[in-house]
Amino acid sequence: MELTSTWYLVLAAILFALGATGLLVRRNPLIMFMCVELMLNAVNLTFVTFGNDLNDLGGEISVFFVLVVAAAEVVVGLAIIVAIMRRRNEATADDLSVLRG
Amino acid sequence: MELVVFLIAGALAIIGALGLIGFRNPVHSALSLVLSLFAVAILFLNQDAQFLAAVQVIVYAGAIVVLFLFVIMLLGVDQAEDLSVEPITGQRPIALAIGAAVLVLSVLFISVAADGGATGLESVTATKVDSITTTTQSATDALADDQTDGTEALPNIEQLGRSLFTDYVFAFEVTALLLTIAVVGAVLLARKPKGELAPMPEIPVPDTSGAASSPDETEEMEDA
Repeated sequence: MELTSTWYLVLAAILFALGATGLLVRRNPLIMFMCVELMLNAVNLTFVTFGNDLNDLGGEISVFFVLVVAAAEVVVGLAIIVAIMRRRNEATADDLSVLRG
Repeated sequence: MELVVFLIAGALAIIGALGLIGFRNPVHSALSLVLSLFAVAILFLNQDAQFLAAVQVIVYAGAIVVLFLFVIMLLGVDQAEDLSVEPITGQRPIALAIGAAVLVLSVLFISVAADGGATGLESVTATKVDSITTTTQSATDALADDQTDGTEALPNIEQLGRSLFTDYVFAFEVTALLLTIAVVGAVLLARKPKGELAPMPEIPVPDTSGAASSPDETEEMEDA
């Protein structure tokens, strides 16, 4: 069997679907956040695959920027989680409904 | 050889992802995430993206997951979560159905759109030169490669660097701004506020029996 880019794309789809399922199933905000990271990583894999397939550096550049944005997102998101957990222990995602106006 | 690496790394990535959503303890979930991210880094290496593989290990597996673990330990939420009760009725079946739908639709899309490889034009402006083959080739081969490709045979990092500081320099600068804003925002959010904050209102736990939830609500209304 020959390894084509379709294999990578299917693997990325599986990882993305697992991340989406985890995001919907789990209620711990930290684990939901980690699932988002997993989904971002699956998309990064497709970027690299297409970049490799089309002989284009743009795919790798996109992954670079996605990495930076993911890092910034994690920093702010974790700060929000810490701020919420400090005021209220054992918060789950459902408790954040108090944010409603 | 590449196929063997792909199969092993792909299996590890899927195992890590399953562990992430399956483990009850958040610390175990974070460690499974490391496994998954590391496997993806190996897949990057398999596709000649050496720089991204290194960055993936350093930034994701190194910094981001350590940040997650740090927050888990800081907040003391590293006790196991009870996964046996379903918080919202029908949440899990619906979540699994949506996940399966995402998977089926994307695989369907891949098989339709990318029948026998990716479709689309090869790049003209930002051509990626395979660094491994060019470095192992002899000098004359590399020279010939230069002439046919119209680009210099550079290592992966150098190609990325040149592209990043010429074509994508504006995006790069905006990224620096974004990181600065993220740092300022994190400091503001995580700062200990002056004075006592009012505790967040307790939300009555949704109870399926129905009998216990109504007294809670009246109590809270009295508090308010």
